[in-house]
Amino acid sequence: MPDTLPGSLRAYLHGLPGVDEVGVRRRAADLATRSVKTRAKRSAIDLAIRMVDLTTLEGADTPGKVRALAAKAVRPDPADPTAPSVAALCVYPDMVATAARALAGTGVGLASVATGFPAGRTSLEVKLSDTRAAVAAGATEIDMVIDRGAFLAGDYRKVFDEIVAVKESCGDAHLKVILETGELVTYDNVRRASWLALRAGADFIKTSTGKVAPAATLPVTLVMLEAVRDYRAATGRQVGVKPAGGIRTTKDAIRYLVLVKEIAGDDWLDPAWFRLGASTLLNDLLMQRTKLTTGHYSGPDYYTID
Amino acid sequence: MADIPPRIAVRRTYKLYVGGAFPRSESGRSYPVTSASGVHLGNAALASRKDVRDAVAAARKAFPGWSGRTAYNRGQILYRVAEMMEGRREQFAAEVAEGVGKAKAHTLVSSAIDRWVYYAGWADKLGQVLGGANPVSGPYFNVSEPEPTGVVGVLAPGGSSLLGLVSVLAPVITSGNTAVLVASERAPLPAVTLAEALATSDLPAGVANVLTGRVAELAAPLAGHADVNALDLTGAGDLATGLEELAATTLKRVLRPGHDDWSDPDPGLSRVRPFLETKTVWHPIGL
Repeated sequence: MPDTLPGSLRAYLHGLPGVDEVGVRRRAADLATRSVKTRAKRSAIDLAIRMVDLTTLEGADTPGKVRALAAKAVRPDPADPTAPSVAALCVYPDMVATAARALAGTGVGLASVATGFPAGRTSLEVKLSDTRAAVAAGATEIDMVIDRGAFLAGDYRKVFDEIVAVKESCGDAHLKVILETGELVTYDNVRRASWLALRAGADFIKTSTGKVAPAATLPVTLVMLEAVRDYRAATGRQVGVKPAGGIRTTKDAIRYLVLVKEIAGDDWLDPAWFRLGASTLLNDLLMQRTKLTTGHYSGPDYYTID
Repeated sequence: MADIPPRIAVRRTYKLYVGGAFPRSESGRSYPVTSASGVHLGNAALASRKDVRDAVAAARKAFPGWSGRTAYNRGQILYRVAEMMEGRREQFAAEVAEGVGKAKAHTLVSSAIDRWVYYAGWADKLGQVLGGANPVSGPYFNVSEPEPTGVVGVLAPGGSSLLGLVSVLAPVITSGNTAVLVASERAPLPAVTLAEALATSDLPAGVANVLTGRVAELAAPLAGHADVNALDLTGAGDLATGLEELAATTLKRVLRPGHDDWSDPDPGLSRVRPFLETKTVWHPIGL
């Protein structure tokens, strides 16, 4: 349910405390040095695999590629049945029907980007019909992009109303709101956009589309984790966080898990509340997993390219 | 006039060479290197299995670019390495002399540089010698061509710190392979100097990676690594059998340690051929 915000949205968002940029960077860098080894590493890798939103968002996506990726989402390591399934498969709206058939009955979620991804430069009607079509085709999660142009221009009401409208047209599907932090420029803006999305009814807030550099970074994710933590403390509603883009190695993924535990708390250490949007990350997680099992380093030749 | 204070020596840090950079070991460790008579020569980085992993990743990344260059270009770059070695002749000689004496050191350095030029020359001649047109019974044109195997793990000989080192590294990379080399444990300093020559000679980053440390510690992760395609066990010593078994689990090509005579000025293709694969193509005549 969207909150009814008293008075001006601008006054509210600009009334949020500013982010200590140096402090956030320092804290993220500090937490990134933590060493996770042996048994802890093993369970961190399995948790990270369960949190992956296996993503393919390319103009060149074919039904065959989506089906192959769906098979990989269900059974990431064909050689090792103990490797868990990923959380969800993330595709463009026109590929949802194909993916839904491939994932039927597997328990793996199906996320679709919508609302004119990645730029979001279409009319509200198009965004809403985009969303409805994806949900009708079988998407259980919708990844929407916010209107960064309106946000940067200060038209917070437009952004807010758009999220509310998309949330309504989602029906039962979970709504992930992509802030595209790489275009928001400052940490203060990230905090404002996070609270805006939280107040508008997002089920998840997501860092990036993966099409803009920089994509997900540790400090940005830290600011967003603080927002969901404080939001739950204030309202009692828990919202998830999804960093996406640029997370390629197991080491990166474990750093994010450390951040989740230290900033948001253990409640968020679950695929229902934290996701990693990635494509190449999964192979590295599987390689590290194999290394822990066999004692030998594995190579990319032993895993699928996509 | 006041006394000029004695100049403070600028000591050299001996580091690893991985992916075109000179990192310290990931583990932060180092070990003292001494001459045959026990004089302390310096501290070399003591690489760990994670350095092996990083080096293999760097070598893998460099492979498509290096093997995709024309053989002629590879030869030119390797010749450039010999030029850079020539410029560091005194440094090499001083380091090699710790083991063999000054007089012999200069001869060894000359042989090492000549050996590098020798293998540089082979780069664009392998195709003609090892490949060629095959006569077949049918209207087809059939050609075989040698192709590099991929990432090669090389254990440099323990005894010959420069000539032996060059004699195992150059034949691996001249054909387009990329290499992860574990230097002589007892005398690693010439390998570090060679790495500095490689870094200044247009050789793309990651084509040759040089690790210093304990062979017993580094060889096993290298032999077991699934992303290493071939293994040169020249410097393995007693470890060779165990390493061969490890290498077999991922079907690596293995060059067993032999009784190598590094002084032979014309070693031929005996160290090049083991790290090549042959591609044969059938082509209809008339197209």
